[in-house]
Amino acid sequence: MMKKAILYLEDGTRFAGTFLAVSGETAGEVVFNTAMSGYQEILTDPSYAGQIVTMTYPLIGNYGVNEEDIESKGVHVKGFVVKEFCRQHSNFRATKNLIDYLNDNKIIAIEDIDTRALTRHLRLFGVMKGIISTEDFDSESLAKKLAQIPSMAGSDWVKEVTTKKTYVWPAEGGAARFKVAAIDCGIKFNILRVLAGLGCDIHVFPAKTLPKEILAINPDGILVSNGPGDPAAVTYVIENLKSFIGKLPVFGICLGHQMLGLALGGETYKLKFGHHGANHPVKHMVNNQIGITSQNHGFCVDLKSFKNDDVEMVDLNLNDNTVEGMRHKKYPVISFQHHPEASPGPHDAQYLFKYFVEMMEEHKS
Amino acid sequence: MPKRTDIKKILLLGSGPIVIGQACEFDYSGAQACKALKEEGYEIVLANSNPATIMTDPEFADQTYIEPLTPEFIEYIIEKERPDAILPTLGGQTALNIAIKLWENGVLEKYDVKMLGADYDVIKKAEDREQFKQAVLKIGLDLPQSSFAKNMDEAWKVVKEMGYPLIIRPSFTLGGTGGGIVHNDEEFEKTASLGMESSIINEVLIEESIVGWKEYELEVMRDNKDNVVIVCSIENLDAMGVHTGDSITVAPAQTLTDKEYQAMRDASLALIREIGVETGGSNIQFAVDPKDGRMVVIEMNPRVSRSSALASKATGFPIAKFAAKLAIGYSLDEIQNDITRETPASFEPTIDYCVVKMPRFTFEKFPEAKDILGVQMKSVGETMSIGRTFKEALQKALRGLEIGHSGLDNKLNFKDIPDDKIALRLKEPNASRIFYVKYALQKGMSPEEISKISLIDIWYIAHIKQIVDFENVLIATFKKDKALGKDIIRKAKKYGFSDVQLARLMGMKELAFRRIRKEMGIVATFKQVDTCAAEFEAHTPYYYSTYESEDEAIIEDRKLTEKLKKQGQADRKKIMILGGGPNRIGQGIEFDYCCCHASFAVGEMGYESIMVNSNPETVSTDYDTSDRLYFEPLTFEDVMNILDVEHPDGVIVQYGGQTPLNLARRLADSGAPIIGTSVDSIDLAENRERFSDFIGSVGIQQPANGSAVSAEEAVDIARRIGYPLLVRPSYVLGGRAMRIVYDEESLLSFISEAKEVSAGHPILIDRFIEDAIEVDVDAICDGKETKVAGIMEHIEHAGIHSGDSACCIPPPTISEELIEQIKTYTCKIAEGLKVVGLLNIQFAIKGSAVYVLEVNPRASRTVPFVSKAIGTPLAKVAAQVMMGKNLTDFDLKDQKDLKYMSIKESVLPFSRFSGVDIVLGPEMKSTGEVMGIADDFGVAFAKSQLCANQGLPGKGKIFVSVKDEDKRNSIFFAKKLADLNFKLVSTKGTARVLKTNGVDVQLVDKNGEGKNNVLTLIKKNEINLIINTPSGKRSESDMRAIRAAAILHNVPCITTLQGAWAAVNGIEASAKKKFTVKSLQDYYNSADTISNSK
Repeated sequence: MMKKAILYLEDGTRFAGTFLAVSGETAGEVVFNTAMSGYQEILTDPSYAGQIVTMTYPLIGNYGVNEEDIESKGVHVKGFVVKEFCRQHSNFRATKNLIDYLNDNKIIAIEDIDTRALTRHLRLFGVMKGIISTEDFDSESLAKKLAQIPSMAGSDWVKEVTTKKTYVWPAEGGAARFKVAAIDCGIKFNILRVLAGLGCDIHVFPAKTLPKEILAINPDGILVSNGPGDPAAVTYVIENLKSFIGKLPVFGICLGHQMLGLALGGETYKLKFGHHGANHPVKHMVNNQIGITSQNHGFCVDLKSFKNDDVEMVDLNLNDNTVEGMRHKKYPVISFQHHPEASPGPHDAQYLFKYFVEMMEEHKS
Repeated sequence: MPKRTDIKKILLLGSGPIVIGQACEFDYSGAQACKALKEEGYEIVLANSNPATIMTDPEFADQTYIEPLTPEFIEYIIEKERPDAILPTLGGQTALNIAIKLWENGVLEKYDVKMLGADYDVIKKAEDREQFKQAVLKIGLDLPQSSFAKNMDEAWKVVKEMGYPLIIRPSFTLGGTGGGIVHNDEEFEKTASLGMESSIINEVLIEESIVGWKEYELEVMRDNKDNVVIVCSIENLDAMGVHTGDSITVAPAQTLTDKEYQAMRDASLALIREIGVETGGSNIQFAVDPKDGRMVVIEMNPRVSRSSALASKATGFPIAKFAAKLAIGYSLDEIQNDITRETPASFEPTIDYCVVKMPRFTFEKFPEAKDILGVQMKSVGETMSIGRTFKEALQKALRGLEIGHSGLDNKLNFKDIPDDKIALRLKEPNASRIFYVKYALQKGMSPEEISKISLIDIWYIAHIKQIVDFENVLIATFKKDKALGKDIIRKAKKYGFSDVQLARLMGMKELAFRRIRKEMGIVATFKQVDTCAAEFEAHTPYYYSTYESEDEAIIEDRKLTEKLKKQGQADRKKIMILGGGPNRIGQGIEFDYCCCHASFAVGEMGYESIMVNSNPETVSTDYDTSDRLYFEPLTFEDVMNILDVEHPDGVIVQYGGQTPLNLARRLADSGAPIIGTSVDSIDLAENRERFSDFIGSVGIQQPANGSAVSAEEAVDIARRIGYPLLVRPSYVLGGRAMRIVYDEESLLSFISEAKEVSAGHPILIDRFIEDAIEVDVDAICDGKETKVAGIMEHIEHAGIHSGDSACCIPPPTISEELIEQIKTYTCKIAEGLKVVGLLNIQFAIKGSAVYVLEVNPRASRTVPFVSKAIGTPLAKVAAQVMMGKNLTDFDLKDQKDLKYMSIKESVLPFSRFSGVDIVLGPEMKSTGEVMGIADDFGVAFAKSQLCANQGLPGKGKIFVSVKDEDKRNSIFFAKKLADLNFKLVSTKGTARVLKTNGVDVQLVDKNGEGKNNVLTLIKKNEINLIINTPSGKRSESDMRAIRAAAILHNVPCITTLQGAWAAVNGIEASAKKKFTVKSLQDYYNSADTISNSK
């Protein structure tokens, strides 16, 4: 029996497909990701909260899922759109089929979609809201439902994904060299894994934690993490960040980078269809080395918006010349728009964590 | 960094003739490099011995040398041209090996020639297995356990330590020549000693067997700023143990998690840096243990490879072009991605489709050889398909292979195949294993069981099972409903089922099914290959078909039309060119060469060119050869689908060999505007009876002949015209299954075999004219006038397939009167057939009589050779003629006044097929060709032999043994050889004749174990040339053994009397003169060679 489902976009475009097992309706911003592997990391990345993700690679689920390749404890996408799900996975680490995993996590997933046509549509007209339905195929009624969903611009999604309680991710290999306070806006586990590997104890705080509570643990540095939604809507983190700048080393990733930009007096803007993938070339201006980076963002820092020239660009996206990294000229503040922790994606930029370590070393001495 | 200004002139090395393991991919890479370097203003000197390449077209380089690819000849070229640098990384292993030699013997230093791409130390480090091993271990990567041996004593020591099974890999060979998997002492002794002999440094690597592990390849590029990108990952369907060239491969990697893929990527980056490849592409192979994921490095090629061509076509990322640009100093971020035009080359392509590469084998040509696959490559070509799913791509690849399958369909009824045969065919990797996976599934074997036996990952088996299960649903549904509905047909198309498969299932004709399908609105849609999964706009239209909702070809076409309309211009005129599909013996690079020229011609006429082909190795499937490229199988259905979208003004079918020609009639019937010679004329030439009538009507002789559809009929005809006979199936290329029969018994056995080769078509029977001179003619006709472009005299007599025999322009022994007669005949035939375009005729001359053997109103295999010899691009001119130009519009040269001799020699693959006799016959067996040019015949012939890697000796021992008919004729050349100070050795019969006639000859035994045995002498490398003419089908087995030994020990072996004559001529000429080199441009510019008479 064909299980008919539809993806309806806010401009009225319809894509027909079939759903796996979980039925119902789900709505969000529809984005595409061009990475050919790493679907489990993508599904569990909290930055995708509020978004329906479509994979441009057509065969998804090939290697199943396992217990290790997760970026958070849950699946965060609002819906999952692919060309074809794999029925018989193959990999020595696999513990489950992706289809079962999605069903267990109650994710509405549809397949047999012309995902290339969908991607082209989003490229041409920009990302937009969309709704997947397995029961209502009427455009008018779907349009009404979509109208009630707030758009991504202006939405604070951080509060949905941040940790409820503070926890500690311990350093690897014995005594910690540094104590890092991480402001969790939807942090990916691999940031924690990489920092732990560099000898950091990481204290992970809920996003709304007040600076004095964070300072109370006497951290060597502040990490402001990746996360979903519009950075400008997360005013409380932006405000709190201001009290760390100039006092402690601050390292930002993705949404954290954008919020740092805002805290430093700059502005952010929404990209037409964002960067979501694992093949974007980024030039690190400090050594002119080009790295292939992991990307997942819909907003971007506008370097020209800064009132003074305290902030300089350190990373440049070679595809569209957008800002991929910046640092403060006086204070120990550096941040990256792409994901140095990768996962999924190439490890070319992982060495950039060294800046955080160096800043903390300097701060300690 | 800007490009280098310290170099101005670059010597680029090609890869020579097409052989197994080195095919058109190096024409593709070399042609791209020539274009890229020329664009940058460098002066290019090119050396390649293969005239059938696009790269050796005189426009591609400033100086083009068609000369032997040996260190000596390259030194001559360096001495003459004094290039500043040499680029050896785009011409395969051949070019790399020459560069190593030139560095080692000090030539590069002497003439101050810099090495670009990879320097000596880098090549050594990557290719020398011990150095490579140390490098891998140094950066903390894993390798299979292994040890080197330089002699058998060392080798046996290793065996004692490691135990079986083991893999033997000779150092420095191409395509794994001489390697193999061994399971016991006997196999070990044989393979290890063979391996040592085939290695240029007499060394083999004995390795822990990782047979059954998963095999991967990564294509890596690095620039001089140390930026590294991975262009593509490739996963092999066949597990370790089958040569990558013979494996079905898939891109991108399917069964690696991101964690494992990134570990492989990290390893590749570390490795290319450690080996030190400064600029350009490399290919790194890995194996992964499916049980625990242990990853080991297998090997690395510090150069552009066959896989690079595949990766380029699979992703749209032009590796060779960028490798050339990086070599002269650019960095990746300074090069634009041609396809997106707005993003730099310093990125990694991402693809949104699945690519399947399928090897093409020709075991049918070598019936004595088993179709078992191992670590030594045996395939002669490949096809690549693109689909949105693996299932779709797999079925497209199978029909693109042109081996009589229309997808994953059954040639055998699975019920008839015994279980033990299925198990064996699954276990032993072989050319048709993929179909046995299907048979096994149909018989109810579980995917787990199949995976266990075949060592093919279950991921692939499970997908094949989906195809099989769905086919069962189709059958059941049709049985129940007597029809198939829209949804199920659409799903079938998405699963890659062809119209032929579905029509067969529904018991109807393909065309009828096609009509129903289209009425249902189920039509193929075309998607772009754009390197970026639609993230950016693509500007280079490169398409594949699939069954989806959006058709980008139509969208782009409309956009262009509207744009032109806005600019007040008329819409474009489009010409579609059908390519030749996968290379095979009889249909290879020569036809791709022609297709490329058709595309160039279309461009010169100001029209839009549309290329259709499925061969990833070729220049024709380069995205910038034509205005549009459709990477599709060459079947009626797939071509019609493109026609439905493109509506071209003309379709060229006469350039891609037999493949498009076989489609011509049906395409024309379905309304395709075929240009050039009409389909009816093609049929007239192919249809025996019509052709005989025609030839008779223009007053030309033909050997007595007939055609038969039954054995009885054949016997009748044979009795009427008399033996010997040349018999063959119709509508095949390369003399497939063609044979000379001397009696009724062999005629009948031929007929039973021929049925399978050309089902439904009649068998052609000709009186075989013995000892006749064969002549090949290529001509162009515009329907009114004919230009005879080249008359080639074959060295071997008629009866040896024209593709296997050597030939010479201008004809060295044919009288002017006969040449005039041949010209007259050619014009009569061309004009009588109303040929528009190219025409090839084979004539036989016996005494003063000229017979027509065959007429092919299409591009022939010799078109590139003739074009190079006379300095006129025949295929390009003929394509313009097809588009409406007249011959009088061109200034065509004539071969009559050529002051130099051009000889084409063929290159044979016998060393790959053990057990196969090397004797030439009417069935074509060669894979490639080379060209020798010089002022006189002898030198040109000697060069052609050097080009073919069978250089004639200057001194030493020659073994002569000829059949009785040749004995008298052997006296004179034997004397000549003796005069040239060669020592002759012969077996009894020949020795007696020579001695009686005063030739000093040493008598040797042809069999036995003695010291005086010819086999022993060959093994001890004491024989420098073998002249052995076998006596027909009844050739003695000991002579076979001698010829086999010749192949094994790479002793040139001549099997025809005419070949012996030419060889003696060559030996004498090279003894008298020093070899010199001369570029094509210099040959053409000597004013006296140009003339314009018809």
